[in-house]
Amino acid sequence: MVSGNGFEPRIVAFLCRWCSYAGADLAGTSRIKYPPNIVPIRVPCSGRVDPQWVLDAFERGADGVLIGGCHPGDCHYVSGNYKARRRIYLLKKILPELGIEPERVRLEWVSASEGQKFAQVVAVFVEELRALGPRSVTSDA
Amino acid sequence: MAEELSRHPGVVYSTHYDYMCSDPGQELLKKAIKEHRLNGVVVAACSPSMHEATFRTAGEEAGLNPYLVECANIRKHCSWVHDPGEEATDKAIRIAKSLVEKVKGNVPLEPVEVPHKDKCLVVGGGIAGIQAALDVAEAGFEVLLVEKSPTIGGHMAQLSETFPTLDCSQCILTPKMVEAARHPRIRLLTYSEVEEVSGFLGNYHVRIRKKPTYVDPEKCNLCGDCEKVCPVRVPNEFDRGLSQRAAIYIPFPQAVPSSYTLDEQACLGLEPLRCSECARACEVGAIDYDMQEEIIEEDVGAIIVATGFELYPLENMAEYGASKVPDVIDGLEFERLLSASGPTGGEVRRPSDGKVPKSVVFIQCSGSRDPELHKPYCSKICCMYTAKHALIYRHLVPDGKAYVFYIDIRAGGKGYEEFVTRAMEEDRILYLRGKVAKVFREGDKVVVWGVDTLTGKRVEVEADLVVLAQAIVPSSGVTEFAQRLHMSLDEHGFLKEAHPKLRPLETLAGGVFIAGAAQAPKDIPDTVAQASGAAAKAVALLSAPLLTHSPEVAAVDEELCSGCGICAPQCPYSAITVDEVAQVNEILCEGCGTCVAACPSGALTLRNLGDEQLEAMVEAALEELEPARAAVEVKGG
Ligand code: FES
Repeated sequence: MVSGNGFEPRIVAFLCRWCSYAGADLAGTSRIKYPPNIVPIRVPCSGRVDPQWVLDAFERGADGVLIGGCHPGDCHYVSGNYKARRRIYLLKKILPELGIEPERVRLEWVSASEGQKFAQVVAVFVEELRALGPRSVTSDA
Repeated sequence: MAEELSRHPGVVYSTHYDYMCSDPGQELLKKAIKEHRLNGVVVAACSPSMHEATFRTAGEEAGLNPYLVECANIRKHCSWVHDPGEEATDKAIRIAKSLVEKVKGNVPLEPVEVPHKDKCLVVGGGIAGIQAALDVAEAGFEVLLVEKSPTIGGHMAQLSETFPTLDCSQCILTPKMVEAARHPRIRLLTYSEVEEVSGFLGNYHVRIRKKPTYVDPEKCNLCGDCEKVCPVRVPNEFDRGLSQRAAIYIPFPQAVPSSYTLDEQACLGLEPLRCSECARACEVGAIDYDMQEEIIEEDVGAIIVATGFELYPLENMAEYGASKVPDVIDGLEFERLLSASGPTGGEVRRPSDGKVPKSVVFIQCSGSRDPELHKPYCSKICCMYTAKHALIYRHLVPDGKAYVFYIDIRAGGKGYEEFVTRAMEEDRILYLRGKVAKVFREGDKVVVWGVDTLTGKRVEVEADLVVLAQAIVPSSGVTEFAQRLHMSLDEHGFLKEAHPKLRPLETLAGGVFIAGAAQAPKDIPDTVAQASGAAAKAVALLSAPLLTHSPEVAAVDEELCSGCGICAPQCPYSAITVDEVAQVNEILCEGCGTCVAACPSGALTLRNLGDEQLEAMVEAALEELEPARAAVEVKGG
C-alpha cells in the first residue's frame, strides 16, 4: 500500500461490534473520510482480543494495531473493556523487549455515536505511524 | 474485486452484483448456493449490523446453515469513507478475504433453545407499573406487582389535577388501582421489596420480602378508630410532611389494598408491647401484633421495571432558601396543597402560618438544566405542571398574583402549548424570563431576586409562597437493583434502554423491560404508553413457546482444560463453573469471549470466532496483493 514515495502503514483494527464497529459504520453512513490504511475485524467485545493476536498481526507485517471498545462503563458485556484495558497495558509493557514500539498499539474507546471520533482516531494513528516509519525488520515478534 | 477473490484459496464462485440486499440480489445468492453446493458464503456489501440477518435468512432458505453466511462490510467501512481508487479497492479485497477466511472456519450451528417461565414481575406500583400489570394480566399471564409503600398509586395519587385537561388525578387513577387489585391474575404485593433477583433471559428467580402491616386487610373496615386513639404523631409522607399522621395509618382514603398499616418504626413499641391502644379500639380485631414478615419466592419469565422518580431534594437548593424558609416548597408539596384530599382540604394555605398566600412565585428548572451546580438535563414535565399550578392557584385565589420564572417554555405535547398560552393570557399569570439569583425571608415575606432577561431589568418580588419545580431524579435504591439485573444506568442514574431510538422499552438484560420515569423524566401519557409497550414486549416473550439465543458462545475443549479456573471470574454472567474442568452454560453465556482471551491453555474457544480463524483473518487482512490491478469501483448492496 505505497502511494507516491511516502510510507503507508498497514493497520489491523479489532473493533467491538456494539460500539467501535458501529462507530465505524456511522462514519460510513455520515461519509466521513479517513485514510484507507486500516482493515477492520469485527469482534464481539474488546475483551475477546487476545494480546497474542496483536503480536501475530505484527509478525504478519502490520505496522500498527488498533483495538476499539466501548467507553468505560458502557461495555455491552459489562466489563470486557476493563479486561481489555488491563491486557493491553501489560502487552505494551513487554512490546519493547520484542523490539516493537508500544505506540504501534492503540486502545481507543469509540461509541456507536462517535463516527467522527472513529475517523479521527484512524487519521491520527496513521499520521503517527507514518512518522514512526515501517517496523524495523530486525524486530521480529 | 470479484475476480481477485475468485483466485483466493477455497473460493469456488465469485460474482458481482450492485444491490445484493434487493430481492434479485438475494435470489442470486440462493441460486449460487444451490448450483455450486456452497458451504460458506461471504456477501461483500453493507454492514452486518444492517444485513447479516437478511443474508443469513436467504442462505437458510437455500438450505445453508445461517451461521455459514458472513457479511464483509465494504460499504460503510470502505466505499463510503474512501475515495475510489486502488487503495480503496485493495482494502475492500482485504476485508472480504478476511471474512472468507472466517467462513472457512465456521461450523453449522443451531440457536440455543431456552425454555422460559410464564409469569411476569412488575416492580413499582405507580401508574406505569399498574398499567403494565393490567396489560400483561389481560393477555392471560400471571403478574406479581410489587410496591414498596403500603399502597399502589405512586406519585399520581398525590397530584391534584393533571395537565392539560385538568382531570382530577385520583379520579382517573383509582379505578385502575381497584382493577389491578381485583384482577384474578394480578398478585398485589404492597409494603414489599424485591430482595434478590438471579437468573437470565426468561428464567429469573426472585425473592420478595413483604413487611408486616400488623393489620389484617380482610378484617379492616377502615373505621379509623385505631388512628384516633394512637398517641403518636409523625410527618405524613403522602402529604410530604405538610400534615401529621398516627403510627397506624392509611396513606389516603382510596388506598389499595384498602387497609390500615401500622408503622413499626413510629409505633411506641410492639416488643415489648407498650401501648396497644389501637388493638383495644379495633372492634373487628384486625390488629395483630404478632404478624410476621413474609418471604415470597417466585420464578418469572419477564420483568418490567417501573420504579419511578423522586424529586431532587429541597435541601440541595440553598440558593433558593429551601428547607430553611418554610414557605419555600416543592412542586409535590404544592400538589398536596391544591388537592381536595390534601392537608388543607384543597385550600391553598402556606405552611408557616396557614395564611392564604396572595402572591406566589413559581421557579422552573429548579435543579434542572444547571450543569455547574445541579442536574444538567431538562426534567421535561416542570414547564407544564408549573403552568397548571399557577392556573389552579389563580382559580382558587382569584385576587392572588402568580409569577413564573422560566428559562424556556417547553410545551411539546398534545394540547400543551395551548394550555400554557391559556395560563398566560386567560389567567394572567406573569411569566418572567430569567433566572432567580436569591430567595430569602424578610418578615413574613419571601423575597425573590431575579433578572428579567427580556427587559434586562432586575426584578424583586415580595412573595408569600415560593414553589420550586424541582428536578426529577430516579428513585433511590434503583442502582443496586439495576446492578443485580445487569441493567445499565445512564450517568444520572436513570435506567438505560437497549437502544435510545430503536429499543426504548428493552434493557440489555434479556427479558427485562422498562416503563415510566425510571427511564427518564416523563409525563403521564408517555408513561402509560411506555408501560403498555413494555407489557406488549413482555407478553411477546411469555407467549413464545421457546426463546432462542445465539449459539455463537464460548465452548470448552475438555481435553485441553487444566481446570485452572482463571476463566470463571472473567465472566460477567457467571456462566462458567469449574469442577475438574471448566463448563460453560450456553444459556447464560452472551458470547463476549472475554474468558477465551484469558484462557492460558487454549481450551476455551468462541464458536465461529476461534483463535485460528482470527489468525487467518489477520493474515488475509495483511496479505500482499498483486500490484497494478486496474482500479475497480466498489459498490455496496
Ligand atoms: S462490547 Fe464493546 S467493549 Fe465490550
